[in-house]
Amino acid sequence: MREITYAEAIREAMSEEMRRDPSVFILGEDIGVYGGAFGVTKGMLAEFGEERVRDTPLSECAIAGAAVGAAITGMRPIAEIMFSDFITIALDQLANQGAKIHYQFGGQVSVPMVLRTPGGSGTGAAEQHSQSLEAWVCHVPGLKVVIPSTPADAKGLLKTAIRDPNPVVFIEQKLLYRQKGPVPDAGEDLTIPLGVADVKRSGKDLTIVTYGRMVQRSLEAAKALASEGIEAEVIDIRSLVPLDAGCIIGSVKKTGKVMIVHEACRTGGFGGEIAAVIADSEAFFHLDAPIRRVAGLDVPIPYNPVLEANVVPTFDAIVAAARDLV
Amino acid sequence: MNIPNIPKEKLKEIYTKMTQTRHFEETAARLFTEGKVHGTAHFCIGEEATGIGVCCALDKEDYIAATHRGHNQSIGKGMSLDRMMAEFLGKETGYCKGKGGCMHIADFSVGSLGANGIVGGGIPIAVGAALSQKMRKDPHMTVGFFGDGASNEGSFHESVNLAAVWKLPVLFVCVNNLYAMSTPIEKQMNISDLSQRALAYGIRGVAMDGNDAIAVYLAALEAKEYVKANGPMLLVLNTYRIMGHSKSDANVYRTKQEIEQWKKRDPIPRMRRQLLAEKIFTAAELDAIEAQSKKDVEAAVRFAEASPNPKVENVLDDVYAKPGMARPAEPWTAEAGQRGDR
Repeated sequence: MREITYAEAIREAMSEEMRRDPSVFILGEDIGVYGGAFGVTKGMLAEFGEERVRDTPLSECAIAGAAVGAAITGMRPIAEIMFSDFITIALDQLANQGAKIHYQFGGQVSVPMVLRTPGGSGTGAAEQHSQSLEAWVCHVPGLKVVIPSTPADAKGLLKTAIRDPNPVVFIEQKLLYRQKGPVPDAGEDLTIPLGVADVKRSGKDLTIVTYGRMVQRSLEAAKALASEGIEAEVIDIRSLVPLDAGCIIGSVKKTGKVMIVHEACRTGGFGGEIAAVIADSEAFFHLDAPIRRVAGLDVPIPYNPVLEANVVPTFDAIVAAARDLV
Repeated sequence: MNIPNIPKEKLKEIYTKMTQTRHFEETAARLFTEGKVHGTAHFCIGEEATGIGVCCALDKEDYIAATHRGHNQSIGKGMSLDRMMAEFLGKETGYCKGKGGCMHIADFSVGSLGANGIVGGGIPIAVGAALSQKMRKDPHMTVGFFGDGASNEGSFHESVNLAAVWKLPVLFVCVNNLYAMSTPIEKQMNISDLSQRALAYGIRGVAMDGNDAIAVYLAALEAKEYVKANGPMLLVLNTYRIMGHSKSDANVYRTKQEIEQWKKRDPIPRMRRQLLAEKIFTAAELDAIEAQSKKDVEAAVRFAEASPNPKVENVLDDVYAKPGMARPAEPWTAEAGQRGDR
């Protein structure tokens, strides 16, 4: 199978959907001739023109709100927010408007929009450009939240998100943009349903539940653990809302031990929700050890590269926690 | 003003909707005191000419994004009194199945994209709707209503600027009622003529007496064509909120004399005087319109009171839309025509 990067996969998903459906368009800051801050929309202006690849002023509230207004009147907008940290400015339109419209107006209209935005640390951009804020949006009923970890998942999930009748927050991982992975040929209409987890590695000794950039690190840790005779199962949840609780519960019933790995801060992080889902289920009676969380420290992301690397779960931390658990 | 150029039917529509709005709100206020309603409401008594004057100038296919004080905007756009009152009483037959209350009513079948509980929250949505109209080559336009208070929100700045840059067919209507809840306009901004704000975005700005329904209607007719041809415009309608901000307002921030002064400029008797002076309607005809409006509102109350409450087992319905649901605003009309599977 051919290999393309995560960024290319996202671009391919958008381009295919824009060719398929004339109501799909993209708006955001510097997405036109510049190609987006991370180059994701590079070349799209040339194919689709300024009408459908719309450079906006620096106005995150208006970007999100224009997407909501367009979505309820027949379009399928994709709004790009340059860094996920900037969703603060867009949150009223996302959480108070887009997320509520279908419910508060008695189901009269749907809000088919995607808000794409890159999250995560590791670029040296420090406190205001490196956060993992997914838990904020997971807390708002009406929003769906997706964080892909591979190019194939990114493409398949984004195509599904664009066709979904609800507002989907699609959080990309900026450190993955340039990584390559196998993706089915363009034109094969690869779609992946939201709410279906992917077991990225099977194992019998413990379950690692993770998503986003930490999937790869967890897989590396699992490989190291295997050399010590510990077989870890790695579940990539892929979409946080809706969550594939069945997959997680089934795995924990099998292994009896579970740890949750995410880059976002521990307190109020989505790992707490996953832990509660497990503890609330029949998997509780199969647990041989407490549920462990390996998460980012409760600290803003610092600048110095050594500090930055050590405030999110490291390979060593994941391996150590797994050994401890087993 | 040349009233005779306005069809008599249109004048009747404006006067009917103004009196319906007044009776609707007075009735709603009474239902509060009778303890039949929980929640809150924001009344536009004294401001009827703004939303109704503007909306009566629109076509059904034009959109509006309304405000929390928007009963006049909703009735003006053609929403049903029955379903509005039912929503006010939290009933299953209401516009939001009893889940939104009258601060959040919408009717996509008449182009009302919804009232809004967030001050300034509807302005970006109006811009998005106008963007959609432009992209779909839909020849209609959108009105974004907001108040003087909302014009200090960042959403106003971002939205007007974006619409100006993209030359979108959107009319920004600022209902300036001189107070943001309790804060008078002179403590909110360093200008007294709100239309000056248009200058900053390179768009046309006009301020006018918002208590003259016929003048507002004529201005909106012209503005509608202007924004379709030229892009956005700011229309400031100066008016006054006779009632408190919401049902809990004790009116401690303004004087009785001030309120009494503004009651003399009440837009409904004013329009009545104009229509009588021009001899377009007789007093008996206008009395009959008012009596009918009263009956319409009474019928709405009967409809609402007879309607069932929503069922608790349905409380989770509509959190998420299901794939393939019909979209009332389904209007992809560009020549390309071929649509994806929605």
